Amino acid sequence: MQSVHSSPHTAPQNSVTRMMLALLVALIPGILAYIYFFGWGVIVNITLAIMVAVASEALMLRLRHRPLKPYLLDGSAIVTAVLFALALPTLAPWWLIFAGVAFAIVIAKHLYGGLGYNPFNPAMVGYATLLIAFPKEMTAWLPAGTHEVTFIDNLRYTFLSALPDGMTYDSLTMATPLDTVKTELAQDRTMDEIPMRYSGLFGGVAGRGWEWVNLTFMLGGLILIYMKIINWRIPVAVIVGIFVIATVFAIPDPDLRPSPFFHLFGGAAMLGAFFIATDPVTAATTPRGQLIYGFGIGIIIYVIRTWGGYPDGVAFAVLIMNMAVPTLDYYTKPRVFGQEKK
Amino acid sequence: MKHKLWHFQGGLRLSGHKHMSMTEHVAPPGLPAQVILPLQQHIGEPAEPIVKVGERVLKGQMIAKASEYVSVPVHASTSGQVIAIEERAVPHPSGLPATCIVIEADGKDEWTTLKPVLDYQTMDPSALRNVIRDAGIVGLGGAGFPSFIKLNPGPNNIVETLILNGAECEPYITCDAMLMQEHPRRVIDGLLVMKHALRAKHCIIAVEDNKKVAHTMLVNALHEHESEFIEIVQIPTIYPTGGEKQLIRVLTGKEIPSHGLPIDIGMVCHNVATAAAVCETIEQGKPLISRNVTITGEAVETPRNLEVLIGTPFAHLLDACGWQEEQTDEVLMGGPMMGFGIASLDAPVIKTTNCILARPKDQPHRQPAMPCIRCGQCANVCPAKLLPQQLYWYARAKDFDKAQDYNLFDCIECGCCAYVCPSHIPLVQYYRFAKTEIWAMERDKKKADHARQRHEFHQYRLERKQKEDEERKRMKKELLKKTQGKEDAESDSKKSAIEAAMARVKAKREQQEKENVDNLTEEQKQAIREIEERRQRVRENESSTEEKN
Repeated sequence: MQSVHSSPHTAPQNSVTRMMLALLVALIPGILAYIYFFGWGVIVNITLAIMVAVASEALMLRLRHRPLKPYLLDGSAIVTAVLFALALPTLAPWWLIFAGVAFAIVIAKHLYGGLGYNPFNPAMVGYATLLIAFPKEMTAWLPAGTHEVTFIDNLRYTFLSALPDGMTYDSLTMATPLDTVKTELAQDRTMDEIPMRYSGLFGGVAGRGWEWVNLTFMLGGLILIYMKIINWRIPVAVIVGIFVIATVFAIPDPDLRPSPFFHLFGGAAMLGAFFIATDPVTAATTPRGQLIYGFGIGIIIYVIRTWGGYPDGVAFAVLIMNMAVPTLDYYTKPRVFGQEKK
Repeated sequence: MKHKLWHFQGGLRLSGHKHMSMTEHVAPPGLPAQVILPLQQHIGEPAEPIVKVGERVLKGQMIAKASEYVSVPVHASTSGQVIAIEERAVPHPSGLPATCIVIEADGKDEWTTLKPVLDYQTMDPSALRNVIRDAGIVGLGGAGFPSFIKLNPGPNNIVETLILNGAECEPYITCDAMLMQEHPRRVIDGLLVMKHALRAKHCIIAVEDNKKVAHTMLVNALHEHESEFIEIVQIPTIYPTGGEKQLIRVLTGKEIPSHGLPIDIGMVCHNVATAAAVCETIEQGKPLISRNVTITGEAVETPRNLEVLIGTPFAHLLDACGWQEEQTDEVLMGGPMMGFGIASLDAPVIKTTNCILARPKDQPHRQPAMPCIRCGQCANVCPAKLLPQQLYWYARAKDFDKAQDYNLFDCIECGCCAYVCPSHIPLVQYYRFAKTEIWAMERDKKKADHARQRHEFHQYRLERKQKEDEERKRMKKELLKKTQGKEDAESDSKKSAIEAAMARVKAKREQQEKENVDNLTEEQKQAIREIEERRQRVRENESSTEEKN
């Protein structure tokens, strides 16, 4: 006996691994919806991304003389890989995934100090880099629910860039609902005309398939809140942010502005709100700071989608608000027990 | 009437492990061979020994007196011979030894004459406080602050509510629960004495709702008293509701100001065991020489509470409860959340020892600390509403100014943050480190300030002396200048007169030397003599005028 430790002398109740695992489990409903609407490419992308992430993580840990086992087992690299893969179009060549994940782990995570120290969300840095460098590959999605591409087809495309017989890249892929609406609105069409021109693009409230993907991600996120793995503040603030600004612009101009629900259940809104913006390392940490952080992300998502150069804006919105985090945290320190109420 | 309760933010619902040590009645263990009584068992200045090595002392005899205001005496807990006054192992987080009076028990356990207070209600509160001070009573909840100070509201304060803390929120510890269960009358009588000393208007005894028996016993005892100004309140079992700030918040909805004291909002808070000790002092004249201690943990065969003489070595008590040494990972004083590891089991029970916890080896293994991922779980459970993740960040970076910006000193070190941390970071250790560093820096700064002040004063004295010297010189010069005007005029005329006389004498001498002094007639010789005499006179005249000058 006679080992002396600092209090509390209690067995560990929680671990980073447990939190990361819970996050991965909560992603499953969303992933299933993804597979249903966009095919097996999601699984190919996720698997490949995890392999690249673990390899990059191991390499960097070795170079930085850090112990491999605890850091590989913490699961953070796998979470980064999965979130990154979920942001990618399903039909993605292997080198795209390799470049994005390696950039995320090596540059955005480890060169800034590794787990806990990176100021920017690694998955989003990887995604944004690819979006800027390879805009064509990054914006071409399979249409939701067509099931034209089989698992083998997808594998062949990923590794050999070979398309199914008789198909061209352009005939297979099409712009996402967010993208289409943006382009069409820019050509002075109204929200009533667009669905008529693109049958099968829209579902109940948002893009076909996309609304289900978003709904299932939301479900997973709610489970995480219930399990107290994430806090409600950031996701709620993101949703409120998007909803408020979308409503403000949609009410006077319903013909020219999609409804708030189109934005909330379109693109990566829910994945962003519940799984990406809540990355604890890069998000604000004070209660009020989290509300501002999330609200800011919601606003910026809408601004980029509506007036920016990209169809979706989750990655850039998160990265921009990452920059504001130290300031937000400093100026939103909560009232401490026993201090005067301000 | 149901007392309205409030909440404090954060906190944890912990499994209590309390029943294991509550199956047996509290009883004394066998008399130890030696009792080791540290001079410092309280917050403040250590007591000063008033006995010598070799002296025989009686049980209850004062053996060290209070040295300063914030200090209390120490009493012999059994009769015997003082065999040493020297450094011994004591239960302290630092693990450092401290000066103790060691008494070899003679086995007779012979009491000194005790002087009970017959009617405290007619006593002046300050005299009552002196009695309590002389009995060596300190806060028995854990902090060990001299109780007589906390029984003095000060001239400008009115005590609205006197709270007796029977929350005992830490897991495993049951010494207060057993006390309330077995001696509820003592607790209430002690409370009445405290109420008198403080002139408090209203009293609350707060008990966590996992101590049903203790609550019932107190309520029954209170019925006999029929005092309508005492309320016994059950509070929810949430750690750390026994913290003074949290308890007052739960009972009254008020928050003690940050860096403030309960008295600032008209409250005083004492532990139930302290009240019982006060009762024994008043009723029987007994000083504080024993207390209830919980000996528990999975590495103890028969966990229980013992009524222990202060100064009894830990090993003696563990052995009395079937301690399995080979299965022990660590022995703690206090509970698992805030207790600390004991380096030597020769260390004695002191006034603040509420629990000895022997933790088994087979508990889940400690995990190495991982980097903080800022998940904020710590902030969710922090009862002081701090941001432990930010405090950690700045404490680790030794950015102590920022750590203070984030209110480091409002941390009560309850350990909730470290308990939930997924990265297993020993957060409390970082906060203690930062606090001690800041204290050390402040001490250094004070020292430096003192040295600088002394240096500056020295400099100032040198300068003042120099100035004074210069002033003196200047004054002297001025004075000289004023008087010199006259003196010059006078001395000029004198000088010229002298010079003229000298010149005349010189001329005459030259004349004489030219004269032939050989072959002189008697007349001539006579004339020469006369001249010589005249000369002599002139010379005398000259010298006298010189003297005058």
